[in-house]
Amino acid sequence: MATYNTSEFKGGLKIMMDNDPCSIVENEFVRPGKGPAFSRVKIRNLKTGRVIDRTFKSGETVEAADVMETEMAYLYNDGEFWHFMDETTYEQVSADAVAVGETSKWLKEQDKCTVMLWNGAPLSVVAPNFVELAITDTDPGLKGDTSGGGGKPATLETGAVVRVPLFVQIGEVIKVDTRTGEYSARAKS
Amino acid sequence: MTPDSTNTWPPTCSTALLHQRAALYQTIRYFFADKQVLEVDTPALSSAASCDVNLDSFSTQRAFNADQRLYLQTSPEFAMKRLLASGSGSIYQIAKSFRQGESGRFHNPEFTLLEWYRVGFSMADLMAEVIELLMQCFGRNIDVYTLSYAQLFQQKTAIDPHDTTVDELIAYARAQGHPEAASICGNSLSNALDYLFSQYIQPNLKKNIVYLVTDYPVCMAMLAKLGDQQPVSAKRFEVYFNNIELANGYEELTDVKQQQARFEAELKQRKNSSASVVPMDENLLAALASGLPECSGVALGLDRLLMLISGVESIDEVLTFPINRA
Repeated sequence: MATYNTSEFKGGLKIMMDNDPCSIVENEFVRPGKGPAFSRVKIRNLKTGRVIDRTFKSGETVEAADVMETEMAYLYNDGEFWHFMDETTYEQVSADAVAVGETSKWLKEQDKCTVMLWNGAPLSVVAPNFVELAITDTDPGLKGDTSGGGGKPATLETGAVVRVPLFVQIGEVIKVDTRTGEYSARAKS
Repeated sequence: MTPDSTNTWPPTCSTALLHQRAALYQTIRYFFADKQVLEVDTPALSSAASCDVNLDSFSTQRAFNADQRLYLQTSPEFAMKRLLASGSGSIYQIAKSFRQGESGRFHNPEFTLLEWYRVGFSMADLMAEVIELLMQCFGRNIDVYTLSYAQLFQQKTAIDPHDTTVDELIAYARAQGHPEAASICGNSLSNALDYLFSQYIQPNLKKNIVYLVTDYPVCMAMLAKLGDQQPVSAKRFEVYFNNIELANGYEELTDVKQQQARFEAELKQRKNSSASVVPMDENLLAALASGLPECSGVALGLDRLLMLISGVESIDEVLTFPINRA
């Protein structure tokens, strides 16, 4: 079992806390007055996303979490699980709704996603920064000839709703920034 | 600043910071020359070490004499007190000091202290001089809050630090979501007080104000004299500025019997914990026995002062070669 002691703590280190895999967000060495030395650490629980504050006695060791991020292709959704494949090893994993979360609305077959695995099972899925998705519904009556102005809502093939410029119509493919959920451009066909 | 392991030869501080440090030392030397406080230079290596259970000294051996263990000072306090007892009068020193296991945004195992002792000064006299020096170093007026450790502690936690228990303090930490405080502090009242102070009080101090925190609980007296008012407290003060602990001072304990008893209690604590057992400084005790003049003394972290003056975020930015480039 791999362990880390407090002197190895740094941002991004993956450790086990209360039986959950966590990532260190921030670590500060503290030595109050002439008192006991400890580390004040902000930790993100990778299952819940919640960030908590903990302190560790200097020199204390914690168990390392077997967490890795891999690029995987999204295959399909069977109604309960989303299936991904590592394109170099052809290994497949299935992620549940908790792991996929909000990302599900950007997932399109064959897109390359970043899947965080804990002991080989998906913890979370991050969509590519930009995805290209077709518009399945938007108000065709609203017309305009510039990309400025307020825009209108459009439903995409994955079910996501984004604001698009007035000139964009049903059937067109658009590029969306998944980090902000905003329309970026019309996709070149 | 994360050091690049393939490129560790250059300093982590800028040339401008080299100049700022030199200017700071000059300000300090003018300040004390003007007050006729003598600059001294005592050895960093000593045959004795600090007994403080939370201080871990670097140690080494002499060639051809493996039995003689030597310790790098954790501060120049003991040697300077021997000078005071020998009749030096008021003295100051800019001294390299060394503490194992201290590394972080505000810590480097090797660091620089400004330590000075004023013969005939009370704690209040010395606190006033600390502020005078800080204003010269910052080149401006600064707002100062002077308040007792108990006032500050009670304001935030509603606990009286002079009348509390380890259990009460740990229960407070647990209620704040830190049950692990119990294992960090062990059975030590001073550890638990220090933990609460640094977790819940120090981070909430107001910015741009120098805090002079005075009159510590007796269990945190270290080398300070005890006051004669109720509740009995130690004539110890600390200086905080922008949430950084900057200095620690005492109206010095001159009673050799009390000092020896405190050292022995600390050594007992070391034996009961994982800390190594170190020789207590018999030369210091002999100096106290021969007579330490009534005086007050303070140690101020110069690297941290430089951080505050230059407004940088990490101690590495004021050091030439921090420990991982040393």
